[in-house]
Amino acid sequence: MSRVATLKINGQDVSGREDETILEVARENGIPIPTLCQIEGLSNVGACRMCLVEVAGISKLLPACTTRVAEGMDVRTESERLTHYRRMAVEMLFAEGNHICSVCVSNGHCELQGMAVALGIDHIHLPYLAPRRGVDASHERFTFDANRCILCTRCVRVCDEIEGAHTWDVMGRGVGSVVITDLNERWGDSPTCTSCGKCVQTCPTGALFIKGSAVGEMTKRNTFLTYIAQMRGNLK
Amino acid sequence: MNPEELHSLAEERREALDQFQHRVVVCTGTACQAAQSRKIIEALDGIVKERGINGRCTVSAGGCRGLCSAGPMVAVEPTDVLYQGVTPDDAASIIDSLESEPVKALTCDTSAPFFTRQKRVVLEYEGRLNPESIDDYIAAGGFSTFVRILTEMTSGDVIEQIRQSGLGGRGGAGYSTALKWSTVAKALGTTKYVICNGDEGDPGAFMDRSVMEDYPFKVLEGMMIAAFAVGAQEGFVYVRAEYPLAVKRLKQAIRQAEKYSLLGNNICGTSFSLKLDVRLGAGAFVCGEETALIASIEGKRGSPRPRPPYPAESGLWGCPTLINNVETYANVVPILREGAEWFAGIGTERSKGTKVFALSGAIVNTGLIEVPMGISLREIIYDIGGGIPNGRRFKAVQTGGPSGGCIPEQYLDMPVDYQSLAQVGSIMGSGGMIVMDESSCMVDVAKFFMEFCMTESCGKCIPCRVGTAQMYRLLDKISQGRARLQDLEVLEELCDMVKHTSLCGLGQAAPNPVLSTLRYFREEYLAHIVDHVCPAGVCKIAHEEIAL
Amino acid sequence: MTRKTIATVWLDGCSGCHMSFLDIDHRLLDLADMIELVYSPLVDRKDFPESVDITLIEGSVSNQADLDKIRHIRAHTRTLISLGDCAVTGNVPALRNTIGAEPVLQRAYMEPDLLNAQIPTVGVPPLLPVVRAVHTVVRVDVFIPGCPPSADTIFNALSDLLNDRQPSVAGKTRFGA
Ligand SMILES: Cc1cc2nc3c(=O)[nH]c(=O)nc-3n(C[C@H](O)[C@H](O)[C@H](O)COP(=O)(O)O)c2cc1C
Ligand code: SF4
Ligand code: SF4
Ligand code: SF4
Ligand code: SF4
Ligand code: FES
Ligand code: FES
Repeated sequence: MSRVATLKINGQDVSGREDETILEVARENGIPIPTLCQIEGLSNVGACRMCLVEVAGISKLLPACTTRVAEGMDVRTESERLTHYRRMAVEMLFAEGNHICSVCVSNGHCELQGMAVALGIDHIHLPYLAPRRGVDASHERFTFDANRCILCTRCVRVCDEIEGAHTWDVMGRGVGSVVITDLNERWGDSPTCTSCGKCVQTCPTGALFIKGSAVGEMTKRNTFLTYIAQMRGNLK
Repeated sequence: MNPEELHSLAEERREALDQFQHRVVVCTGTACQAAQSRKIIEALDGIVKERGINGRCTVSAGGCRGLCSAGPMVAVEPTDVLYQGVTPDDAASIIDSLESEPVKALTCDTSAPFFTRQKRVVLEYEGRLNPESIDDYIAAGGFSTFVRILTEMTSGDVIEQIRQSGLGGRGGAGYSTALKWSTVAKALGTTKYVICNGDEGDPGAFMDRSVMEDYPFKVLEGMMIAAFAVGAQEGFVYVRAEYPLAVKRLKQAIRQAEKYSLLGNNICGTSFSLKLDVRLGAGAFVCGEETALIASIEGKRGSPRPRPPYPAESGLWGCPTLINNVETYANVVPILREGAEWFAGIGTERSKGTKVFALSGAIVNTGLIEVPMGISLREIIYDIGGGIPNGRRFKAVQTGGPSGGCIPEQYLDMPVDYQSLAQVGSIMGSGGMIVMDESSCMVDVAKFFMEFCMTESCGKCIPCRVGTAQMYRLLDKISQGRARLQDLEVLEELCDMVKHTSLCGLGQAAPNPVLSTLRYFREEYLAHIVDHVCPAGVCKIAHEEIAL
Repeated sequence: MTRKTIATVWLDGCSGCHMSFLDIDHRLLDLADMIELVYSPLVDRKDFPESVDITLIEGSVSNQADLDKIRHIRAHTRTLISLGDCAVTGNVPALRNTIGAEPVLQRAYMEPDLLNAQIPTVGVPPLLPVVRAVHTVVRVDVFIPGCPPSADTIFNALSDLLNDRQPSVAGKTRFGA
């Protein structure tokens, strides 16, 4: 049994078990913290840095999704500085890939696009990288468009942790990183993929979608994740 | 092996060595090997046989002498003559002069400041030992400290000694070694690991490589003491595969130590057992970061993960793990042999001991040096390093590699310690020291390091993955004279964001070379942007008005 | 009250943003006594005026003529608005940025089975190697993303400006809206 800690989030007194993260306790108390790589039901990797928060007495910003609460913590989830950094991170994603929302299957239902709206981003002031990336449409039912991938690795985790197929993984370094199926083979030829579609439904953007979706038609349904995780007892 | 056996083995070996009136030791460090020092050994051996003096004279392989730029180096003992720039053709004259005056033309002046101003703790054997012979190491007193600790001291005693010595981690940050050891010692769990971080990914750094190649036994002994102190039963030396000689020698050293039962079960008849092994890294800079290194040993993709939990609490396979740098481990034996007080007497108030640096760039004596903490940059560069060649002017010195910064002339008299370096916007780092003269362009230098960080970023977190690429683009644009002043603003904004939001030290420190050059050489950036010129004449300025 | 002069310009876009502008409909009439449309594809005037209060730019900067135009316009405009995704992000025209201009020309003019296939060079401005969002070339004061931004969004932004308020489109439109 974990002990209970009392702490402050944005000045509000809250309590949480010491094996809970700041994000979990914040959400229980209706305090929103923006997230992208995190999704309930999968392991947390702390990669996107959207959920960074300030903790009094610690000079570094800490990711709420992987940092556990502790007695007496004093957490701030909103500040001018945090908003500025979050905006820049989202701008970076737009500048990193090739996001043409107007012709995207996920237009209107995309978590990245939504994050830009929530943070009031009306243009990208960082340099666009315009990388040359491919599309894998070899799978019978799904398509992977790397131009829209934000490398959140949700697909990697859901395929490994929930479906148990581990078809996806990350290859390369830096801005050259890409998610790949099997040993960088065509998805359609994958002997490991069960075509369950979990990666598609978990992907926050239009990078993974069901074939035949037209602009704005691809809505994602990922409630199964919480359900499965609960059934397996993975969720606290 | 028990203490008595070790002692008599050392005696025996010393006597065997003393039989030889002359011992010729040829450097087989990387630089000298590249300059054919193996051929020199063959030639010397041939002459010794030819002259029929193999009963009186032995030729052996040794380690780096530090002055690699003057290599290949050959030493003669016990007269302590050091020869430089030796070729196989010199073998005869060296052997024939053993009984008379040394060969003048080849003699290296060991009373020069390069040698006298150094303070050798890590490199105390000065390349005399044969790195492939455990007997040589034992003859020099090796493993006696470990065996004494094992039979006479407690884990707590050892950690207390380390605490009193004030040793800080040499992997870059100077984190208290004793604090780390005691955290692992106290951590719950019966399975614990020790890891030696020999990844050394900084461009231009070769300190750890040299220590592993020349003193593999000393590094192992340090690890063995650490394992005893924290209660670990298994350990790994993580070495990049680009260091085949270090890998070979460490593996050899482990096998030899096992043969002498210095590794294995119930060492010296105590309850302490330890297994050590070598693991190869594929040469990713980020795999030097401790959590990425651990992932790599576990067979996973070498990506860092957020800390806490720190490896001391949850490391290799989720077990408490001690991870220290090569040089940190190499300091352990001298500390416990000579005493914490002795060690604490070297260095400054807050930075104890010595630091090994790989001196390179625009400097007369490039090579490997070890200096006491607190020595000034000026002494290192001008006394030990011999100053700037070709009559050029000093411009800046870069420490800490891609995570560090450029220090300008006005700080040359600053003491070299963790705190002072941080104050001027650089870091101690693992020991790379690149001297630059007026022919270096600071924008170009910043661009070089940013390119390195960009290509070495693991790609996991957004700020480092994308930010380094964007900073690189901007630096490239500036260096080509195509940037606008707004680009400089964006560059500074990126520096701030990447520094404060990246997941691991790679991203957090990636902006440092830019920040420090902006701090001291801003006018050079402005010259590129406003006047479209590179003052040092390094960058190729694009002349079309706006290359879109 | 002096009326504010307004210009609208169309660079590399599809005219959708202008259509959306016209969709403001009868409310345009409400604005009529506050504005004077001095230059636009919708009015008959050849040269950009000496000084304009507000200029709305549709489309990205894709060829040399776009570049010359936008620089001239910036120099003669008080408040410059990037209207729509093509101006704000590069959008569809910028799709070619990953491959460069040449393959696009090849595909459009050489690959189809045409009689006398050739890439036109006379009387047309050369393509820039990279399609640019307007703000990467000149300073932009207001951004209105959307493909196209709705008439309401444009109307609100304009009314704000006419009433000397800094327009805020945050939460009202988005990339791709
Ligand atoms: C990107 C990065 C690269 C690193 N590379 C090395 C390295 O090559 N060798 C090393 O000892 N430590 C390296 N470190 C530091 C290690 O993470 C760790 O702090 C160190 O090995 C601890 O040893 P110490 O306490 O003895 O210094 C690196 C850190 C970062 C962030
Ligand atoms: S994935 Fe999202 S952000 Fe990217 S183009 Fe599609 S809708 Fe836009
Ligand atoms: S469809 Fe299912 S099995 Fe196939 S890659 Fe996606 S998550 Fe894995
Ligand atoms: S494909 Fe989707 S889920 Fe997978 S990493 Fe890319 S954005 Fe994330
Ligand atoms: S800072 Fe860079 S190297 Fe470190 S985790 Fe992030 S992307 Fe990887
Ligand atoms: S949500 Fe926490 S780092 Fe991505
Ligand atoms: S390698 Fe021979 S002196 Fe350094």
